[in-house]
Amino acid sequence: MSSSLAVQATNLTFDYPARGKAAARRALNGVSFDVRRGEIFALLGPNGGGKTTLFKILCTALSPTNGTAVIFGFDIQKQADEVRRRIGVVFQNPSLDKKLTVLENLRYHGQLYGLRGGELASRVSEMMERLAVADRARDLVETLSGGLARRVELAKGLLHRPELLILDEPSVGLDPGARHDLWLYLQRLREKEDVTILVTTHLIDEGDRSDRVLVLNEGTIVALDTPVRLKEQIGGDVISIATKDPDRLVGRIREKFGITPTSFNGTLRIEKQAGHAFISQVVDAFPDLIEAVNLSKPTLEDVFIARTGHRFWEDK
Amino acid sequence: MSGSFFLSASALWRREMVRFIRQRSRIIGAFASPLIFWLLLGFGVGSSFNPATQARTMGYQEYFFPGTVLMILLFTSIFSTISIIEDRKEGFLQAVLVAPVPRSALVFGKLLGGTSLALMQGVLFMLLAPLVGISISRLPGTLLMLALVAFGLTALGYVIAWNMDSTQGFHAIMNLFLIPMWLLCGAVFPASGAPGWLRVVMMLNPLTYGMAAVRWAIYGSEVASTMDIPGFGLSIGITVAFAAFIFLAAIRMTRRPV
Repeated sequence: MSSSLAVQATNLTFDYPARGKAAARRALNGVSFDVRRGEIFALLGPNGGGKTTLFKILCTALSPTNGTAVIFGFDIQKQADEVRRRIGVVFQNPSLDKKLTVLENLRYHGQLYGLRGGELASRVSEMMERLAVADRARDLVETLSGGLARRVELAKGLLHRPELLILDEPSVGLDPGARHDLWLYLQRLREKEDVTILVTTHLIDEGDRSDRVLVLNEGTIVALDTPVRLKEQIGGDVISIATKDPDRLVGRIREKFGITPTSFNGTLRIEKQAGHAFISQVVDAFPDLIEAVNLSKPTLEDVFIARTGHRFWEDK
Repeated sequence: MSGSFFLSASALWRREMVRFIRQRSRIIGAFASPLIFWLLLGFGVGSSFNPATQARTMGYQEYFFPGTVLMILLFTSIFSTISIIEDRKEGFLQAVLVAPVPRSALVFGKLLGGTSLALMQGVLFMLLAPLVGISISRLPGTLLMLALVAFGLTALGYVIAWNMDSTQGFHAIMNLFLIPMWLLCGAVFPASGAPGWLRVVMMLNPLTYGMAAVRWAIYGSEVASTMDIPGFGLSIGITVAFAAFIFLAAIRMTRRPV
């Protein structure tokens, strides 16, 4: 077993059973990947793509229907307690007790992880200092703002010095400033303390901030690589053309240039080297059919579109 | 076996205590409503209560007193388990479930919390006992018995609450199942005066034996043996067995993988 791996997931599959009127649904379909020690690894995908199910399985809250995962050499099902000791979990929904103070929350939580006495006290105050919540130690959690509460969640997840921190959509509900701080902190954590970080997100730019991105759609992996390499695979620039008659324009472009654009919602999309030159050609050729043209460098969203044929936020 | 069993159970127990103390309305609700019940029913039924089989004359206020203590235990311990539904909804539970905590410690901490709260309230009410001529000289033994009954009731509440997703559902069960269970345990009227079919129901009700065990503890064998209640050994036996059985059921339920 390689010690350089934090997570090895093999063929993870999860079916939500039929419940009432809702039919059974496959949320994860044979997902396999590795997370290396010390990397920031993002699970990127639209809502309902299977991220949260995968998150729950990896943090031992849910048992996979099939397949398994090994975290630092321990099986998530057979050695759940060994896994639990080594991971810190930050949930999307708050997990703090609102009726308790910040201090009480951290203290009780530390005890659940076997911390006690002086070690517990120093760990709690250290984490409160680091996440800048020490001045609110004796305040009830229900009086904290969303951003502050998220920092306490983070302090709580890190209290027992986990080797792997797993976060589910940590920036949901945070304002841009707090989001920025969160990511700075995650990056520092990885660099200074060698904590491996696995984060689920539906935000493209958070994928860009990670070392590697796993793009998940409808329960399957559509891409897995560094953000830079994923974007390189797009092949040059991304040109989008707004038109009133997409079908006709697709046909005409195919005839003239031998390229088949993808089309949705009145916009054609073409990936091409030297996009600027192509733009003048295409506008010259079909001036009547084109409403607007846009040229951009590929983003992770373009990767998503290229691999799935639909937009990140498109309802199917 | 994990050495963190007691540490984590005690953390969860202390959390219950702190939460309870912060919610003053809960303290008042769990104590004041049985007190009012006791006063109103006690005065209302009063002299019309005259069980023929009692060797010693006993007013209704005295008869109903241990019944009220049991009601306090029921209310406090059962309501403390409603917090499981809230914990699940508000997210606290998810964090506990991914912590390296034995599931049995989670259950034990929670039940110990409910038991302690019930016991505190029950003892507070027991201090009024001399008012109706009940001696509190047997308080230590009574405390033990109350703790045992409260533990069983808290476990029962836990088992009901564990799979529930709304507190409304819990209240429905409280009204349909738990209150009748209390009404038919000898807390409000003795089995001797009840029609035959009701007496059968009362005999099958495990709480009947909890109620009897509390009366045995409060009165001692000399007086209790003249009352029309199940015997001492049977009462304790069933009360212990009930608490143990539901406790194990609660652990089993909590261990079930999701």
